[in-house]
Amino acid sequence: MPDTLRIVNGRVYDPANGIDGEVRDICISDGRIVASLPQDAPRLDVNGMAILPGGVDIHCHIAGAKVNLARKLQPEDHRRDPHPSTAVTRSGTGGIVPSTFATGYRYAALGYTTAMEAAVPPLAARHVLEELHDTPVIDKGFYVLLANNVFLHRLLREGRREEFRNAVAWWINAAKAYAVKLVNPGADELWKGQRNTNISSIDQTGTGIDLTPRQIIRSFIDVVEELGLPHPVHIHCNNLGHSGNWQTTLETMRTAGESRLHMAHIQFHSYGGEPGKNPTSKGPEIAEYINTHPNITTDVGQVMFGKATAMTADAPLGYMLRNISHNKWINADVECESGCGIVPFTYQEKVYVHALQWAIGLELFLLSKDPWRIMLSTDHPNGGSFLKYPRLIRLLMDRDFRNEEIQKVNPRAIKKTVLLDNLDRQYTLNEIAIITRAAPARALGLKHKGHLGAGADADITIYEENADKERMFNAPRYVIKDGRMIIADYEFRTDHEGRLLHVAPAYDAAIEQKLHPFFDDYYSIEFANYPVADSYLHHHEIVPPVKAAV
Amino acid sequence: MSLTLALRVAPQVPMEAEALTFDRVADLSESDIAALPLLHGNEKAAVGDFFKVSGRANGEVHLEGDLGRVKYLGAGMSRGRLVIHGNAGMHLGSAMIGGEILVKGNAGDWVGPEMLGGRIIITGNAGHMVGSAHRGGTIGMRGGEIIIHGNAGNETGNGMRNGLIAIGGNSGDFTGVNMRAGTIMALGGLGWRSGAGMVRGSIVSMQPAELLPTFSYDCDYRPVYLRLYLLYLRELGMAVEDAWIEGEYRRYSGDSVELNRGEILLLNRQKLS
Repeated sequence: MPDTLRIVNGRVYDPANGIDGEVRDICISDGRIVASLPQDAPRLDVNGMAILPGGVDIHCHIAGAKVNLARKLQPEDHRRDPHPSTAVTRSGTGGIVPSTFATGYRYAALGYTTAMEAAVPPLAARHVLEELHDTPVIDKGFYVLLANNVFLHRLLREGRREEFRNAVAWWINAAKAYAVKLVNPGADELWKGQRNTNISSIDQTGTGIDLTPRQIIRSFIDVVEELGLPHPVHIHCNNLGHSGNWQTTLETMRTAGESRLHMAHIQFHSYGGEPGKNPTSKGPEIAEYINTHPNITTDVGQVMFGKATAMTADAPLGYMLRNISHNKWINADVECESGCGIVPFTYQEKVYVHALQWAIGLELFLLSKDPWRIMLSTDHPNGGSFLKYPRLIRLLMDRDFRNEEIQKVNPRAIKKTVLLDNLDRQYTLNEIAIITRAAPARALGLKHKGHLGAGADADITIYEENADKERMFNAPRYVIKDGRMIIADYEFRTDHEGRLLHVAPAYDAAIEQKLHPFFDDYYSIEFANYPVADSYLHHHEIVPPVKAAV
Repeated sequence: MSLTLALRVAPQVPMEAEALTFDRVADLSESDIAALPLLHGNEKAAVGDFFKVSGRANGEVHLEGDLGRVKYLGAGMSRGRLVIHGNAGMHLGSAMIGGEILVKGNAGDWVGPEMLGGRIIITGNAGHMVGSAHRGGTIGMRGGEIIIHGNAGNETGNGMRNGLIAIGGNSGDFTGVNMRAGTIMALGGLGWRSGAGMVRGSIVSMQPAELLPTFSYDCDYRPVYLRLYLLYLRELGMAVEDAWIEGEYRRYSGDSVELNRGEILLLNRQKLS
């Protein structure tokens, strides 16, 4: 593969630069996209094909302790789906939670070149970094879980605001994380302290920590803004999966005011009805709020029928799902900083709740007025595998196909939605390029990704155009990562190590004097051994702070 | 002349031979069969590297030699008859759908895991996990018959949902563990903790057994279906005594940690005439 390449005759979909299907050249030099190349530079003729930036998955679960527990929990799933080696790639196992090698190659084979692991307790950061190092081709990073951190709760409770900011920054550095993740804020300690309990309102008191979830959420939004992190607070709201949780979701978004906030897997938080009873859809109401509040971004967390695995730091949610599935499961404590629940799960077309979840996801996509703020995800593997993305894209782009699929699912559920109320929208290829590439890159603050302008990373996917969009997006003909031809004519041509993306916000080192005794008293690990050493970083990039763009 | 594959080079390490099923070889010439792939350890090999192939399948395929290191014989087989003149390795008849496998010798662990139909007959002993679910799976054998004239190891019928496992000798510990339905007949004894976690189904033995405390005694009776099963096993050549056919059985229901709808039937030897 030469260092330079001119890709000619393809139709370019680069929404970040306002290019929608124009035939134009894309030039690559030294791993970046450049404005031009000498005429005698090597050429790749992609006549009749679509050129898109490499896909960016803003929310998935692909590495670390919980992912590995899910792998170990399901050997029967792996044996059905071996991932053989090739002359240039390594072997692995597939299934709903693929091994590290298989994860990287399968993302690449879908045209994705960046993926973000969405929930990592700091104690598991080493494990995550080791696994991400073993996840080939793609660039990757992770979000660190801080909303159920006992020490941070203490600082908030005691009004030690400055120390709180420094401690948050210290923890991000200690873990080598990319962003701050909040999961069911305040609930894990309640779950650990009182049998089978959860938080049901973001203004709930008596949670045992003398803080309401709203106080926790607002504090983190402010601190992340002050630190200038490229990605805003990434929140998994309280009450996930419970009927009537849409009010909690709305209140969480209102808590942000005009500050940026990323709502994770919003589909799981858009349910009407009464707690304990069957949910109804509040997709239109949630979509309307998002449409009118430009500070909010979200990924959908679409449910796709078939096998899934719930894996979450939301320990009480894991317990709830276990009571539904009656399947094998894992529930774990992560010392002073998080919880964990893992439950193998299967979504079925004929089951009312599953069909409703599927339909609400589609409602959210189709009612969204700004594709730059609603992104494609299945919360892999919670709503389904990332390998279902092509099918989801076809559901969005092909109204007839969607209507055929709607006829196959539980009709009672569909009647609770607006899917059959003249919701005829079909996503264009340009809009798909936004929700799978440009928008997640922008929301993450990755200026060199999600577009094909000069200076961007040469992460490029080239698809053969096909009326069947599922088939089209299932197998790109070419995938270029950092300027290297990874896949050509549908075959892997070389292996590649992607970069770890992380941030390093500044903090006052005096906070370590406050942290040290807490670790001595409450942690199983010595304070000096807790922060992840730089030797775990390998090929990495520190993304600089930015001023939050509201 | 029926098709015969005679082992001429003994494998030095375990070999995976999913190609050696009736379905795969039935319509092939000798040279085509010899070219079918095998996995010898972690190296690719061909059937012809280890077997001398002769004849053509006429409803039967014969394998000759000690195949105790050869795994996955008859895996996924749906028709025809596979006769193994010697021992068979692990995963014999894995996920088998139909047809018959006869082993004139012993078989390794995992005979008929997740089997769907057909019949496997072992004239000698079988290892652990006969008719079981694979590790991590919850459903074992879903149909068909496994007839073992000798003894079987532990966890026979783990997660079994349907079909028949008959063992002429003893069955090891955890016989019928997590069993959903179906019938296991151990004409010899049962190991410890038989029926642990069973939901439905029947485990039958002609010998006394120490049962888990989560099984409770119901009654003594003469189940009609058991007579039919025992007569059927006698037809298949198993040593079935008249007293077993006519005898009375003590019925225990369990496992009460599950639905308590399974049963263990033990021949009431005190009432043998």
